[in-house]
Amino acid sequence: MNIIVYIKQTFDTEAKIVLDGSGKIDANGVNLIINPYDEFAIEEGIRLKEKLGGEVTAVTIGGARAQEALRTALAMGIDKAVLISDPALENADDWVNAEVLAKAISTMPCDLAIAGRIAIDDGASQIGIRLAEKLNVPSISSILKLDVTGTHVTATREIDGGTETIEADLPVVLTAQKGLNDPRYPSVAGIMKAKKKPLQTLTLADLGLSAGDLAQKMSVQKYTLPEARKAGQKIPGDAAQAAHELARLLREEAKIL
Amino acid sequence: MAKGIFIIVEQRNLEIRKVSLELLGEGRKIADAAGEPLVAVILGQGIDGLAATVTAGGADKVILIDDAKLADYTTGAYTSVLNKLITKEQPQTVLMGNTAIGKDLAPRLAQRLGVGLASDCTGMEADASNFLIFKRPIYAGKAFEYVSSTVRPVMATIRPNTFKAADPNASRTAEIVKETADIDAADMRAILKEVAIAASKRPDLTEANIIVSGGRGMGGPENYVILEALADVVGAAVGASRAAVDAGWKEHKFQVGQTGKTVAPTLYIACGISGAIQHLAGMGSSKFIVAINKDPEANIFNVADYGIVGDLFEVVPVLTEEFKKLVNS
Repeated sequence: MNIIVYIKQTFDTEAKIVLDGSGKIDANGVNLIINPYDEFAIEEGIRLKEKLGGEVTAVTIGGARAQEALRTALAMGIDKAVLISDPALENADDWVNAEVLAKAISTMPCDLAIAGRIAIDDGASQIGIRLAEKLNVPSISSILKLDVTGTHVTATREIDGGTETIEADLPVVLTAQKGLNDPRYPSVAGIMKAKKKPLQTLTLADLGLSAGDLAQKMSVQKYTLPEARKAGQKIPGDAAQAAHELARLLREEAKIL
Repeated sequence: MAKGIFIIVEQRNLEIRKVSLELLGEGRKIADAAGEPLVAVILGQGIDGLAATVTAGGADKVILIDDAKLADYTTGAYTSVLNKLITKEQPQTVLMGNTAIGKDLAPRLAQRLGVGLASDCTGMEADASNFLIFKRPIYAGKAFEYVSSTVRPVMATIRPNTFKAADPNASRTAEIVKETADIDAADMRAILKEVAIAASKRPDLTEANIIVSGGRGMGGPENYVILEALADVVGAAVGASRAAVDAGWKEHKFQVGQTGKTVAPTLYIACGISGAIQHLAGMGSSKFIVAINKDPEANIFNVADYGIVGDLFEVVPVLTEEFKKLVNS
């Protein structure tokens, strides 16, 4: 079974966001991690391979620093890694990334592809589903449980207020929701082995694409930061007094309740 | 010439989701400003009765696509039908709620149409040529980006609670059009086997007007009953911090924060939550924040409109009684 895991390198969840002099998000000094939802995808890919045999490949789109994310994935147990890196992809939108990713994956054997359901940086939750459409295979998003038997996939996915179970035949594209599994940490042996595993870098030209094929559909006008909330009032008194006063303020001052 | 603002209306068990009515309310303003019709598109089975609701909510035209294969949402069938409808009708703009269905459907539909998509937007306004500019939280609300599409139709999913539904106007009329569902065989490859809706009388976190949320200070899963009691007095949803979810006290679907749900209720009551940056990212745009925490130095007090320094196990039960008095008065 050939499994592709799409991952993205993101800012750490504890990162504070600041804008640089040109009004863009400043990545200077920010600790980078694998998008937490992609860790569930990596773990599921490795477990499928452990159970069914085959090979699991991690693919990412990014700059040179994204190699760190791929090395971490390799240390967790991914077999090989592909970094798609090209200056023309710097402002790529989800449509562009899906086109590029689909082109890369179309040259690899792929029975099942899996990505995190959302990236915690842009919050878009599009790439996995767009990839499935471009590859013309079914997508099952936000999965909490997966069973692959032979060429048959049964997945439970999260919906508003509950879950639903979907069946399909391979090949499919899946996106992972928190709860699917508990991702492993890289072992020391895994980190050593990862240094020797193949990590290939591909440009658009290597994929037979040119920037002209990839005019983006979305453009960013500007970035802003939220207005800082101000600390309000601490309500004095014992529990009963404070609760009574809070209820009064919520009704009379905040006009709720 | 592209025509119409399309709202893809979501129904569940023949009940229209609140976010769809919010989109009709705001869509009405955009349609008026652009001189365009506002079109409600409803997919499902036995949906005729829903036309009156969306008409009263602001639609000029209602497109009903009624088919047994559309009774339950599936990615393939809904994409197939909407792709053909949108290709035929050429709307300017297509909006839907950023619900579980919207998040699954919109990217697939956008890719098939070859267009962009602004996901999970919390604001929109038209530019001079009637292209919408969308405001979207990124880094779970630690920053915002303003994006626009360079092609038509402009597509976006809008976060629930962003806009207000219009007061229903029963005297409005709309053109009702019925279209047949033409679903490609290739779009029927994934089969929906089972839907399990958890019985809950509480609203979804993302749609709730009031959220009562508990963190590490709850001490254990058994103690959430006191938050549930408070929540049920005012029809609130119950949430949890990452610490509580990682401890196994609550399922992930209750998690508020950067790796959980981003919420913007009118009132967010944080109980025993310290206020980690990733949690604040997920609830920082709530209209009013109340914090109840033993630690007077807890970061949550820096964003709370009203804070009570105290033991939540003492404060919450008396607050529940106070809320009961208010609700009954």
